[in-house]
Amino acid sequence: MKKKLLIALGVCALVGWAQESDFVGKLTGGVRPVIAVPDLRGSGGAQALMSVFNSTLYADLETSGSFKMAPKSNYPIQVPQRPQDFQKPAENIQPTGLWLTGWANPPVSANYLTFGYAAESNGQFVLYGWLYNVKQPDLTNAQMIGKTYLGSLNDVGARKVAHEFAADILKLFGVEGLYGSKIFFVSTRSGTKEIWSMDYDGQNEKQVTVYKTITTMPSISPDGSRLAFTSYLSGLPQIVVHSAETNRRLPFFNQQASMNSNLSFAPDGKRVIYSSSVGGYPNLYGADLNGGNIKRLTSGRFIDVEAKINPKTGSDVMFISGRGGPQQLYRMSIEGTDVERMSTGEGQVSNPSWHPNGGYVAFSWTMGFQPGNFNVFIMDVADRKFVQLTHGAGRNENPSWAPDGRHIAFASNRSGRMQIYSMLADGTQVRQLTSAGRNEMPVWSK
Amino acid sequence: MNRKSLGLIALTLSLVLTGAGCKKKIGAVAPPAPPPKVEMAPKVEAPKLSRPTISSFTAEPSAIEKGNSSTLKWSVKDATKVTITPGVGEVTAMDGSRAVFPGSTTTYRLVAEGAGGTAESSATVTVSDPPPPPVVAPAKVKEDFTTLVSRELADVTFDYDKSDINENGRSVLTRNSDKLKAILADYPSNMLTIEGHCDERGSAEYNLGLGDRRALAAKDFLQQLGLGADRLRTVSYGKERPQCTDATEDCYQKNRRAHFSGN
Repeated sequence: MKKKLLIALGVCALVGWAQESDFVGKLTGGVRPVIAVPDLRGSGGAQALMSVFNSTLYADLETSGSFKMAPKSNYPIQVPQRPQDFQKPAENIQPTGLWLTGWANPPVSANYLTFGYAAESNGQFVLYGWLYNVKQPDLTNAQMIGKTYLGSLNDVGARKVAHEFAADILKLFGVEGLYGSKIFFVSTRSGTKEIWSMDYDGQNEKQVTVYKTITTMPSISPDGSRLAFTSYLSGLPQIVVHSAETNRRLPFFNQQASMNSNLSFAPDGKRVIYSSSVGGYPNLYGADLNGGNIKRLTSGRFIDVEAKINPKTGSDVMFISGRGGPQQLYRMSIEGTDVERMSTGEGQVSNPSWHPNGGYVAFSWTMGFQPGNFNVFIMDVADRKFVQLTHGAGRNENPSWAPDGRHIAFASNRSGRMQIYSMLADGTQVRQLTSAGRNEMPVWSK
Repeated sequence: MNRKSLGLIALTLSLVLTGAGCKKKIGAVAPPAPPPKVEMAPKVEAPKLSRPTISSFTAEPSAIEKGNSSTLKWSVKDATKVTITPGVGEVTAMDGSRAVFPGSTTTYRLVAEGAGGTAESSATVTVSDPPPPPVVAPAKVKEDFTTLVSRELADVTFDYDKSDINENGRSVLTRNSDKLKAILADYPSNMLTIEGHCDERGSAEYNLGLGDRRALAAKDFLQQLGLGADRLRTVSYGKERPQCTDATEDCYQKNRRAHFSGN
């Protein structure tokens, strides 16, 4: 399936700007089947948890971008809770919700139906969940999933079970679910900027760093094991690396400079690139994971920041530079050679983020707006065609691709203060994930 | 107790004895003859015994502040005894001087006694309280370096997305460098921090670099004006510490700056 997606991406890279919606459409799944996701009921101690369960399941399936959600208002009154509830109606009788066609026919017109129920069993939350292809003529062919899921008898357990059920459904459609993925971000809620983490859906927010000084610009190694950021704990903006698992600080050698910042990791997990003002101007340097074995990559009387190494090839680097005037997107080889500007030169460009397949880059750009009014764009690297995903609702910055290559986290002040949002790569399914304090610079990790 | 009673007995005894003695003498001696009449008529030239003269008795200075001294000087003739009161007593020299330290206004009296009589003179030393010390109370407490720096050194402002020192920046830095030379000389152990700041419009990542450039540009300029690099350090705050957060050019300009800090 992954291969298929890659081929599709390759194809759309060729067709270019004229069919830009296709390129995003392919990224986000193309034609989407319709799914009906009626609310499930629960018995005993599970009853009170059903609203958490149902909203989590629905959101996971909806925001996946893999389905078109059948409008709930069209659902039949009767909803099956288990397979034996289905009863094939006699010929010429209007099917109810207790038969496949009751969901497959208009007005629901679904391809798929989720159903089931939850109960309390031995102090646990137990879900009996099914997924049926309602276009099939009989129940045997219709069943795609029939499975029991266990979780603790509380909100956390209900949410976990819903995520697992959704992940199983998405897997059948070749979609790597986001369940289990994390978003690192910067939050001011503790009083100073610190690094925080949360689940991909905004749940389970946790403070990661407690340096009590400006700590910002997080990045995560491709395998998710290392978290790097820029912190003023020495008084100057310098790079700090943590183990993402233990949260312990790992050794990293900062060059003798007033600024070493925005480090990013190579896909092999062995090299890093960061910006350092050691030579008087912030230029780019490559180094080993511990900061040793330094190699200068760019050199000049201008500002180079935000180097991002292609996660697929490891051989080319996107970065932001002021070498030609206002900050723009540039590309170079991992050796620092073959520098070329990727953006048009208009406005200001910042925050490149590679698609996991290495063929697309999301970035923020002020094109068409006043300086500072960034919007999120995606560029097809091969032909430099781009698509705008946000449209002038405040500042929209720091796009970061989800591991599924279909979602993007970003920061926006569209509702007042900067907050973290996620969206599908076509700009739809925008979902606000944070609300406490000011939050920015999301980085989506595995 | 014993001693007291003994003393009392001794006193009583001596009184008794004395009284008995007197009575006895008075009773035994005849009344004396009346004194002979002295003829005053022919003036008898008395033996030539000159009275002492005081040719001078002064206090120099005659007005002093409390705690200082005045010098009494005198010159006396034909005296056998010269006494100055208060505080000095008998002096031997006929022509002499003595420093005195009167605590308040004092009139010194000099009495010269001789065979021919006495002579007196006086001299007054007026003593005043010294004026209060100047109000510059804590004599030489140095002002806090941080306060001094933030008061004396103006921000250098920059053009949008630029880190070159513009014309206004050059004049601000030139003024700052004169003040800085004096300040750094007065505070030899303090370091001056030059902070680079940006307005909020660029990305945070780029602005961190831009702030670094601005701080360094200001430092380079100060070095050209003769300030030692070892006393200057730079730090970029990018757009992390804006002075204001309004979306106006006025506020943007305030935030595009190199700021001097004593911290």
